[in-house]
Amino acid sequence: MHDNATFEFLCRMGDNTLVLGHRVSEWCGVSPVLEEDIALANTALDLIGQTQMWLGLAGDIEGKGRSADDLAMLRDVWDFRNLLLVEQPNGDFGQTLMRQFLFDAWHVRMLQALTGSSDKRIAEIAAKAVKEASYHVERSGDTVIGLGDGTAESHGRMQAALDLLWPYVGEMFICDDVDEAMKSAGIAPDPNDLRAGFDSHVTQVMTDATLLIPEDDFAHKGGKNGHRHSEHLGHMLTQMQWLQRAYPGASW
Amino acid sequence: MSAPNSAYPDTPEAQPEKPKRHEWPLWEIFIRGQHGMSHRHVGSLHAADAEMAIKNARDVYTRRNEGVSIWAVQASHIAASSPSHKGPLYEPSESKVYRHPTFFDIPDEVGAM
Repeated sequence: MHDNATFEFLCRMGDNTLVLGHRVSEWCGVSPVLEEDIALANTALDLIGQTQMWLGLAGDIEGKGRSADDLAMLRDVWDFRNLLLVEQPNGDFGQTLMRQFLFDAWHVRMLQALTGSSDKRIAEIAAKAVKEASYHVERSGDTVIGLGDGTAESHGRMQAALDLLWPYVGEMFICDDVDEAMKSAGIAPDPNDLRAGFDSHVTQVMTDATLLIPEDDFAHKGGKNGHRHSEHLGHMLTQMQWLQRAYPGASW
Repeated sequence: MSAPNSAYPDTPEAQPEKPKRHEWPLWEIFIRGQHGMSHRHVGSLHAADAEMAIKNARDVYTRRNEGVSIWAVQASHIAASSPSHKGPLYEPSESKVYRHPTFFDIPDEVGAM
């Protein structure tokens, strides 16, 4: 039971970074400027690297011989445990960076907490990943400020992105059975405990960006427990997984 | 027309009277490597401000663990010699081999220099 919950939790961590990593990689070669193109590709690669560690450990703990690649490429939508936020389409560049910042501001706190996990393997992965996430949140935060407090055009787009994505923030802090089990085993923090730090960070950045956080706290949910993903995830998986589906077992 | 003292004097500027819009300033990036004693020029990039130039340099020029320190200098702040002055600037020293300290016998007591 305890291992089942840990497997679920690790799939959540790994699927977040997998799905967001793939989304961000969709900008490769088509970003507005070369410097951002490389920066986004770096971010995507960081996230995919973290995925290998999370899903690799998930496979070990599950004990059915599934590798990180098996979990990433051979599961279908209903087995994914990522937040709805990260599967949302890229939209314009501003929308991508807003999604990135909202995720990063949560991610860096989650990883920080996980460095103190009672499971040494999880603590080690978190210690490696938190350095990458700290840079990600700095970069995405600066870009949100730059574009939000930029021209009328960029400000309008950033406000629209925040309005669009804010309803996906709440899911990050919902505490369910898996989280309860992780909390009582000392493996992971109570998601609620991350909220205060997230709120003050995000409020600061949005204030600097001259953006208004929507007052409505309605939250879409169903991603991290796999009950109800948005229609976008399936479309993304057809792209991400097509090679393994078309040529099963293909390798380098 | 090349602007005097530009870091790229041989590259004509696109109609200086009509500045290009929507283009971030150019920055020259200098990186000190793991074992390097000094910063070396590695290339250039565009960025809106100094902070962004450092971040972009981190992503463009240090992804393979190249460096431990970054300097960014706005290209327009670099004064450069002009290639067309190559003759008067550098050729006179070609014929002055005596400026190399190779004509002295170094006493053994001095040791390695």
